[in-house]
Amino acid sequence: MKRLLAAPLVFLAACGGSSQPKQEPAPNLLVAHVDAATAGTITGRVNFSGAAPVMPAIDFSSNPLCERAHKAPWKAETVVVNANGTLRNVFVWIKAGLPAARWDPPVEAARLDQNGCIYQPHVLGIMEGQQLEILNNDPVNHNVHAESQINAAWNESQPPRAEHKFKRFDSQEVLFPVTCSVHPWMKSYIGVSPHPFFAVTGEDGTFTLKGVPPGTYTVEAVHEKYGRKEAKLTLDTSGKVTIDFAYGS
Amino acid sequence: MAANYSQTPDRDSRTHARDTYYPGLYRWSVLLACCTLLLVVAGGLVTSRDAGLSVPDWPLSYGKLMPPMEGGILYEHGHRMLATTVGMFTIVSMVWILRTERRRWLRWLGVVALLAVIAQGVLGGLTVLMLLPWWISTSHACLAQLFFSTTVAMALFTSKWWVAGAEQMEEDACHPLRGLSLLAPVCVLGQLALGAAARHKAIGSIFHISFSPIVTGVILWVSLRILLHYARHRELRLGALVLLGITFCQVFLGIAAYMTRIAYADAVQPMPLMVTFTVIHVAVGALTMAASVALAILVRRNVPAGVPAFAGARAVAAG
Repeated sequence: MKRLLAAPLVFLAACGGSSQPKQEPAPNLLVAHVDAATAGTITGRVNFSGAAPVMPAIDFSSNPLCERAHKAPWKAETVVVNANGTLRNVFVWIKAGLPAARWDPPVEAARLDQNGCIYQPHVLGIMEGQQLEILNNDPVNHNVHAESQINAAWNESQPPRAEHKFKRFDSQEVLFPVTCSVHPWMKSYIGVSPHPFFAVTGEDGTFTLKGVPPGTYTVEAVHEKYGRKEAKLTLDTSGKVTIDFAYGS
Repeated sequence: MAANYSQTPDRDSRTHARDTYYPGLYRWSVLLACCTLLLVVAGGLVTSRDAGLSVPDWPLSYGKLMPPMEGGILYEHGHRMLATTVGMFTIVSMVWILRTERRRWLRWLGVVALLAVIAQGVLGGLTVLMLLPWWISTSHACLAQLFFSTTVAMALFTSKWWVAGAEQMEEDACHPLRGLSLLAPVCVLGQLALGAAARHKAIGSIFHISFSPIVTGVILWVSLRILLHYARHRELRLGALVLLGITFCQVFLGIAAYMTRIAYADAVQPMPLMVTFTVIHVAVGALTMAASVALAILVRRNVPAGVPAFAGARAVAAG
């Protein structure tokens, strides 16, 4: 009888597993070593030209508890143009050029918070193998759906005051959305990088990639609406190079 | 309480003197069809509100029978509750039919309906557990439409009118209808499948839009053939007019649904106007399918193959 009951579950598990992309086994790479004496910094800003699109205020009325969390209208963060004409929430990373090596992820977890029925931060960078800590600071139920294509996608509920969730992504993937279907306006993006040279632009629209070994690199900027832009640069022993990206409406 | 209607020998040979009208069963079948239409609306709401994954577990919801009905959970769990109700109603229907009905094919239809609703429940669960793969979600949407048409057909078959027998008329050799009548539901099902696939992001909506003139044309073809050449048959005329009317509404609803999608393309959450038009479009799509199936049934019943002209006293000559 137990076998009969278990059979559909086994079938479901098999179905679920088969829909996920297979993880490639990691090659046996040496641990990366950066000589602090020669390492440099890549800095820059992401400019935005043209009229900044007007973002709509989110309608929280489907859940009064979410609505109560915001005293002022909260605008969607799809496109946030800063006062200095730069673009916020752009994931910038070294796409190519680094020597083949294994970069150990930091011990501390990256945090994704659900607060006021909003994901914070809106765009999050994380390293392969690094822990992602997911918090629910809201008094409402959320479901967290990682819509990754390369890493295994998952969808789990997180009731209020539930224990923090810890997740990990083992493959490079830039960017994929994380959504909540209970509150369909909730959307954040995660970029999984194989190395620590990534950043997300903030209120000043700049980015800084520190401790980069000298070399020629392809740096990529990725925005959820305006897409990808690439730039090639060479970081020499002088230790500093600047590159700007430009998006527009 | 059963009311017997005696059959005259000239009526449809597929109805027999032992066929009996059961008012309770008929009313129950109508109730089942109405609940199923509500279920289609609820399913449409789940997709349009992007609430399909708001309850990650199945068959329970957040590990409970009744989770807090907030946000998207209201739509997803509400859909599950309605589906459970329809499932139970279908079981009652099947048992009722098996206990009372003598028509063997109708008894089988009751069993098929139950199997369909079980399959539909499993598809619904699978699509949640597998994170909405388009092929399962689309199958779930298509089976919903087929199941609704089945319940409408069951209501038709258990009606007093059906049991009373058919008024047959000769098929006009120059304007054959039996084969053509089957083309409409096949095309409508194809169009529903394209619409469902577009909603679940398997294909672009251009395919659904491009096929709409074809399916509308086929419906016009069937309906106008009836209205022009079989109009003296009241039931066929009525069936054709109903199908035409529903299709007319559906075309405009489709345009409205598409325009609201364009207008709210950059919206960060489902907008009420877009949800309203899309869900009504889905519901009227189900009605279009059911009306085309009902019309095909009416044609197959009232215009039998190889019936000589003036099959009996009540036969109506082709117009």
